[in-house]
Amino acid sequence: MSGPRTLFDKLWDSHQVVPETAEAPAVLYIDLHLVHEVTSPQAFAELGARGLKLRRPDRTLATLDHSTPTLPASGDGRRPYATPEAEAQVARLQANCRQFGVELHDWDSDARGIVHVIGPELGATQPGMTIVCGDSHTSTHGAFGALAFGIGTTEVGHVMATQCLLQRKPKSFAIHVDGELPAGVGAKDLVLHIIATIGVGGGTGHVLEFRGPAIEKLSMEARMTVCNMAIEAGARAGLIAPDQTTFDWLEGRPRAPQGAAWARAVSAWKSLRSDEGARYDREVRIDASKVRPTVTYGTHPGMAAAIDAPVPAATNAQEKRALDYMHLKAGQTMAGQPVDVVFIGSCTNSRLPDLRAAAAVLRGRRVADGVRMLVVPGSESVRRAAEAEGLHEVFTAAGAEWRVPGCSMCIAMNGDLAQPGQLVVSTSNRNFEGRQGKGARTVLASPETAAASAVAGRVSDAASLAAEEQAA
Amino acid sequence: MRPLTQLRSRTAVLPYENIDTDRIIPARFLTTTEREGLGRHCFTDWRYLADGSENPAFELNRPAAKGCGILVAGRNFGCGSSREHAPWALLDYGIRAVLSNEIADIFRSNALKNGLLAIVVSDAEHRWLLEHPGSELVIDVAGGFIELPDGGRFGFELDAFARHCLLQGVDQLGYLLQQEEAIRAHEQRHEAAA
Ligand code: SF4
Repeated sequence: MSGPRTLFDKLWDSHQVVPETAEAPAVLYIDLHLVHEVTSPQAFAELGARGLKLRRPDRTLATLDHSTPTLPASGDGRRPYATPEAEAQVARLQANCRQFGVELHDWDSDARGIVHVIGPELGATQPGMTIVCGDSHTSTHGAFGALAFGIGTTEVGHVMATQCLLQRKPKSFAIHVDGELPAGVGAKDLVLHIIATIGVGGGTGHVLEFRGPAIEKLSMEARMTVCNMAIEAGARAGLIAPDQTTFDWLEGRPRAPQGAAWARAVSAWKSLRSDEGARYDREVRIDASKVRPTVTYGTHPGMAAAIDAPVPAATNAQEKRALDYMHLKAGQTMAGQPVDVVFIGSCTNSRLPDLRAAAAVLRGRRVADGVRMLVVPGSESVRRAAEAEGLHEVFTAAGAEWRVPGCSMCIAMNGDLAQPGQLVVSTSNRNFEGRQGKGARTVLASPETAAASAVAGRVSDAASLAAEEQAA
Repeated sequence: MRPLTQLRSRTAVLPYENIDTDRIIPARFLTTTEREGLGRHCFTDWRYLADGSENPAFELNRPAAKGCGILVAGRNFGCGSSREHAPWALLDYGIRAVLSNEIADIFRSNALKNGLLAIVVSDAEHRWLLEHPGSELVIDVAGGFIELPDGGRFGFELDAFARHCLLQGVDQLGYLLQQEEAIRAHEQRHEAAA
């Protein structure tokens, strides 16, 4: 193919084993397959039933994260699993990884953690790769200029057996982010703002490329937060072109190329950007300077607005149902709503800078009476780094619980959950009905806003909290 | 997968937009290591009251909806997670087809791989379907149309390969395994370069 190409075109072209035709989808090669306990057992079983081997164990990496308890093991080494099924599911992954020769970051690994946190940390996630996982937030890895997307369990089996997938090429969608984010406004606010702008189904069938000056200024962790939530706009994947920030972040990580191979890799990665004049199927422009601390008020991530903006009136039955579920009325603001639980964690916001941001708000303050706050680092490596800086002491001194890494209250399948009717300010990515426990009401927010809300006992951004304290 | 050429059933309507996969099957049921048996948890938080009894207000619990194999749902059905447990749960519950004017990508791909027809119709057709619950439809996979009770037809698009797989009961893993030579050539080309 000639002519200017988008970053996405380049990634697609270089991974087509068999090009797509009208009759058949492309056979797309997968460089890295990430595996966890929830979406893999049926795929391993299929492989076993057909007498197949795992084609490339060296391109497969597994971890325990979704159904794992976040309280430490007791003295006898027993882990407090929520149910015997959860424990059996973990045991099944351990057995499968042994049988099929897959590297598993098990309980004893110092790199275990949420699948989308550890891939980059280990340097397994690299620019120019195709990366899949039986998990929709695989889009996170797009922050490195990799084509990364979630797949179902049948496809997990396809990749295990053949290292390939049958895929039709999605469309491309450029999200140009101009200007500069105001002080106190971060990647989470930006991505919630973008989803509210293009809609919760606005990216369906598309790969989003986030680009422009405001994106280039973001740290790798912030870029991961943005790409993580591309799926919340329905997109197949999110992408950011790799640059010096990317290379600096990856250099020296265990699975990254080393020595001469590193120099060769970086020079190849530098071509991974959209060519001048490349055409996208859709484009939208976002002005970063207009973004304010943003939170959700409804039951999907597209129902988001500035924290002090009035909640819009419902325009259809579904929105009405959402407001009823959230116990909200049009015209109210999210700022000031009483809070029961605060959760800091998930593959969206559980990395070291996220924890630092939350700790900066909590330092010298206390979680309000009656509010339960959980801080769950994304990986063992984040946990160690945070503890080395004393962040865990800031959290516990403020009255928050400091936990063992895992998905925890993001998906609430490990026993960490909210009670019916409780309002949770959460740094995770989904505010669906019941996501954090049956009847639980989720408000998605940045780590700063979540921490400030814990102190205020009401939904609050950090600047308003400080201003109120000054006035008092 | 068994070949699927035609499906005849009545429709049940869930008019809400953005019905996500947590709605279809909440995460607390994902600790299973099986594919079977998820139907009893399908839509569980809508379907049952706190005391475990059936919620009479839930659309699919109404007597007229019982036994309906075609679900007509609001826009952006199946959004959220990639869990294949969602189509497994729907199929086990008795749903053979989902019709909407927009269906989330991963859900759609997962559904079709399991023989659950996930079909996108136009806005006008969608409106008609929402307004006529209980209609007996024939979904003709080969012909690419839905036949209405009065004999009228709604055409629909289905990827040629997905259609072929449904009609022939093609095993996609088998198809991929046949590409071995091309896969090996790709690996040699790219790993030599690295
Ligand atoms: S943290 Fe949440 S979104 Fe991320 S992988 Fe775990 S369950 Fe999925």
